[in-house]
Amino acid sequence: MDTFILYGIAVILFVISLLKDRNKTWVALKKGLKALEGIMPQFLTVLVLVAVVLAVFNTETVSKLIGKGSGFLGVLAASAVGAVTLIPGFVAFPAAAQLLKNGAGVMQMAAFVSSLMMVGIVTLPMEMKYFGKRASLTRNGLAFAFSFLVAVFVGWVVAL
Amino acid sequence: MKTAALLKRYRAALIVMALFAVFLVAFPRYAAKAETSLLDQLKTMLLVVPPIFLLLGLLDVWVPRETLMKYMGEGSDARGALIAFTLGSAAAGPLYGAFPVASVLMKKGASFWNILIFLGAWSTTKVPMFLFEMNALGARFAVARLLIDIPGIVLIALAVKALVPKKEIERLYAAAEGMK
Repeated sequence: MDTFILYGIAVILFVISLLKDRNKTWVALKKGLKALEGIMPQFLTVLVLVAVVLAVFNTETVSKLIGKGSGFLGVLAASAVGAVTLIPGFVAFPAAAQLLKNGAGVMQMAAFVSSLMMVGIVTLPMEMKYFGKRASLTRNGLAFAFSFLVAVFVGWVVAL
Repeated sequence: MKTAALLKRYRAALIVMALFAVFLVAFPRYAAKAETSLLDQLKTMLLVVPPIFLLLGLLDVWVPRETLMKYMGEGSDARGALIAFTLGSAAAGPLYGAFPVASVLMKKGASFWNILIFLGAWSTTKVPMFLFEMNALGARFAVARLLIDIPGIVLIALAVKALVPKKEIERLYAAAEGMK
């Protein structure tokens, strides 16, 4: 769904650009391809890391670690799992809903979703390429800490 | 010379792939799952990434630096931040798709603060995602998360901006300039 919208926009703009100026469009295409190739080494590295992480952390491990009664440690674990995994939202949300039904806590799920979206340990090499070590580590560290706040707030609102 | 340069650039990727092969052999019980997820991720990435980079090229070619600087540069204030927030929220795809876009925005003169807002919005307040989250986890969960995320994005942006030295930010802008 997400991807369809993205392709739709890209194709429409590409056609408009083509109609307006062929040369500029050609340059745009070349620039895009060059940028894509530029990030390829990082992409490939990340791909493999993600595959290993996802293979080792299976659903049972996840639900055992982040159940309702797991408290602060559960929130910490959920946040950590979210930080190291790279699951698209369209997969993560139903999975989180499923885990909630199977006894995971709201706070834990909120922490998981939050750090999943905002923290990316495996994509750090990519981020550092663009933003340097300092900014990338700071952003990720703060986003990780922030997921605890999200856990408390969402937990509180849902329980209201 | 070309092959050597290419090899050097892909060195980390090649090492990780070699380690992956070792992993598959050493832990056969994870092998099937790791292979499936590698292929799945590869499919997703190859699907999501090309249109992002096509849009990037178009953005680079069509939006003049002056225009972008005017709206998102230093001193663009709340309006610039709002544009950055809207751009990020309207985006699709995972966070790693945002980095190259942010890099082009930097090259075009968007302020670091607006870049950070853009990254924050892209990571967590995407509109299609929000609708989906509401559907899967309930309106209370999704709305509560959105409500805390908006100040969160601003706070994180403020903190990163304050904690990263000016020199480093200048270096990043220079690097973005030479990215293509």
